[in-house]
Amino acid sequence: MKDVLKKSGKAILLGNEAIVRGALESGVQFVSTYPGTPASEIGNTFFHIAKTAGVYFEFSINEKTALEAGVGASFSNLKTLVAMKNFGLNVAADALMPFCYTGTGKKGPTVIVVADDPSCHSSAQSEQNSRPFAYMAHIPILEPSDPQECKDYIKLGFEISEKLSLPVMVRLTTRVAHQKMPVVLNRIGAQRPSRGFVKDQNRFITMPPRVLEQHRELLDKIEKIKEIAEKSPINKIHVGAKSKKIGIITSGVSYLYVREALLQLNLNLPILKLGFFHPLPEKKIKNFIKGLNKVLVVEELEPFLEKEVNILAKQANPKLEILGKDVLSEVGELDPDKVASAIAKLAGKKFKILESRTKRVKHLPRFCTGWPTCPYWKLFAAVKQVAPKNTVFGGDIGCYMMAALPPHNLYNYLSCMGSSLGIAHGVKKATIKTGKKQKVIAFIGDGTFFHAGIPAVMNIVYNKSNPLIIILDNRITAMTGHQPNPGMGKTGMSEDVPQIKIEEILKALRVKHIKVIDPETEYAQLTKTIKRFLTKDEVSVIISKRICGLLAQRALKKKNAK
Amino acid sequence: MQSKTFNLVIAGVGGQGLITLLQVLAQAAMDKGLEVRTSELHGLSQRGGSVSVHIRLGEKVYSPMIPKRQANLVIALEMQEALNAVPFASGRTTFLINKYQSPTMGQGVSESYIKSAITGITKKSVFLSANEITEKELGNSVVSGSFFLGYAITKGLIPFTENDIKEAIKKVMPEKHWDINMKTIDFAKQYHEK
Ligand SMILES: Cc1ncc(C[n+]2csc(CCOP(=O)(O)OP(=O)(O)O)c2C)c(N)n1
Repeated sequence: MKDVLKKSGKAILLGNEAIVRGALESGVQFVSTYPGTPASEIGNTFFHIAKTAGVYFEFSINEKTALEAGVGASFSNLKTLVAMKNFGLNVAADALMPFCYTGTGKKGPTVIVVADDPSCHSSAQSEQNSRPFAYMAHIPILEPSDPQECKDYIKLGFEISEKLSLPVMVRLTTRVAHQKMPVVLNRIGAQRPSRGFVKDQNRFITMPPRVLEQHRELLDKIEKIKEIAEKSPINKIHVGAKSKKIGIITSGVSYLYVREALLQLNLNLPILKLGFFHPLPEKKIKNFIKGLNKVLVVEELEPFLEKEVNILAKQANPKLEILGKDVLSEVGELDPDKVASAIAKLAGKKFKILESRTKRVKHLPRFCTGWPTCPYWKLFAAVKQVAPKNTVFGGDIGCYMMAALPPHNLYNYLSCMGSSLGIAHGVKKATIKTGKKQKVIAFIGDGTFFHAGIPAVMNIVYNKSNPLIIILDNRITAMTGHQPNPGMGKTGMSEDVPQIKIEEILKALRVKHIKVIDPETEYAQLTKTIKRFLTKDEVSVIISKRICGLLAQRALKKKNAK
Repeated sequence: MQSKTFNLVIAGVGGQGLITLLQVLAQAAMDKGLEVRTSELHGLSQRGGSVSVHIRLGEKVYSPMIPKRQANLVIALEMQEALNAVPFASGRTTFLINKYQSPTMGQGVSESYIKSAITGITKKSVFLSANEITEKELGNSVVSGSFFLGYAITKGLIPFTENDIKEAIKKVMPEKHWDINMKTIDFAKQYHEK
């Protein structure tokens, strides 16, 4: 992580660290994020270096506020980076759409980094492909394939953003974000003096009839970027043997698998590697496919690129045979072997993916052990001990998600951040309506409560239902790598701020039954309260408050070292 | 076709320091002017879950993930996890396996199954109780990863000298950890399995 600030030369950087370096080389001034793997190390790295680098950095309370903070900084002419994982963009989407209409401040170019996670290595919820935001928001999207490109594309993103006053998105996937390689370091860029918020109603207000003009202007901007994309060296053709009249179109990490697979198959085929996903360099693609009989589109998840190539081929080469998702899976990430198998089909060669029959072993993730231990062990023991059989258990996102796995096998539903509470309300209303007296216990972490739980509690109180809510306050946002949150009195700039107390929020929301309990030292109290609260006619909340075991262990080590 | 790239899989469970080992090797590779790429996993898998990471180095490296059956070396810091590296192994692969088991929830496999599965693939496998050895000889089993690195250097299983690795350790690890890791490498050098 420290190498991110190295003056020059080369450094082994993780894709996410290279993103940070690229932003620093561009002279970034304002950075906001909400943690989410595989994007978490972007924030974690800024958290470490922001003060030294003279960059403002914050962990916002969710992705929407992160993006909105970024919009404000951009309107105020600061060079701005906002980072999040794929699901975060859904949360931020409401702010993204008008931001593309207003555009950035004149000297406030903005890059939004979004990390997808094919194969869901560190995601529940869905195997989301964030590319279609390009269609919805008209945001340009660049797709690097390795850490060097992460750095380069961030810089290019800032350049394009500045040229057209439009935010630019850089889309990562796990195998890019969590790939390391030596990256060439250039000088860290000087920060521009700030010009402040320069008022411009015509730009920054999106209301009819102006908003329709802005829509038109946005589409015009995309046409201009299309011209940039046509000439850009990041959409490049690797000339291969033309004799076979077959070629490959690819982007992102898939490009690396293509190169690897060609090596394995001892083939030399022309490749069009696209650095832009949106807008696509249509002329370049047409030129590439013109002379071909067959083309293979290699991309992960849904065939968005393949569909575009299909449309372009209708004009440029109607007889072109297009292979894509007929030879590559739409579910799960690709790898060199899957790609080699697809290329073999394209080239009429033989290639067999070698499956082994050896048993695989899965160590499931679990609550941390050691002492002090993870407070969730005791909490879930208590719940299992006293909750009636037909209780519906709602899970949410965080370390406590692992109660869905053995040995707990607890949850009956689990969806997106904050939804344990939102769904609990619907379940409660429905079961009351149908006369089924099912109890509902909904779990939510402190980080997730601050992110999306508060509106759901308000809805429960306002529309009157009575689930038992258990807030797992382990004093940190643990799962994504221990980022501070509003409950613990530290900011992304490592400043001390007043702790926001969850029980005070609940009181203000008019929750009647609130109890703060340490699950380790007050176990009897905990079981008693669960039983009692399950009989209440109004919503009740137990705040199970005890520090994350890993954090406690680290603090203990430090103390003992002294 | 086996490429000239050197491919290493490190398998284990979250919290065993796999990423640090990768960083040391990547640094050593870069310092020798080689191309190098790693593929890692951060996140959910860290909470004691299965983790496999890849490192590839050579004159030209494209994919950060190793193609099937092309690992030169597998280091399994947890015995059962060696099985998860099997798709990347062939008769040319060497396995260095830590005789340490982290419990799985009811679906664990026996040591004898692991031994027969691995020896069914390659003649070159070594089982070492690295946790016990390092605990006894160096006072801490956290260095079992470095122990395997030292062992691999001595047996010529990785394309680095002792000096390459020691220099890389100094660049990658905080100074307070240098001493024990250097000692571990020295100890592994003269270690002979009984
Ligand atoms: C919209 C969205 N943003 C980010 C994430 C990534 N994420 C997964 S777990 C988690 C942290 C949850 O923290 P907390 O609720 O405090 O639970 P803990 O891990 O501490 O138990 C986050 C942010 C996500 N799944 N969805």
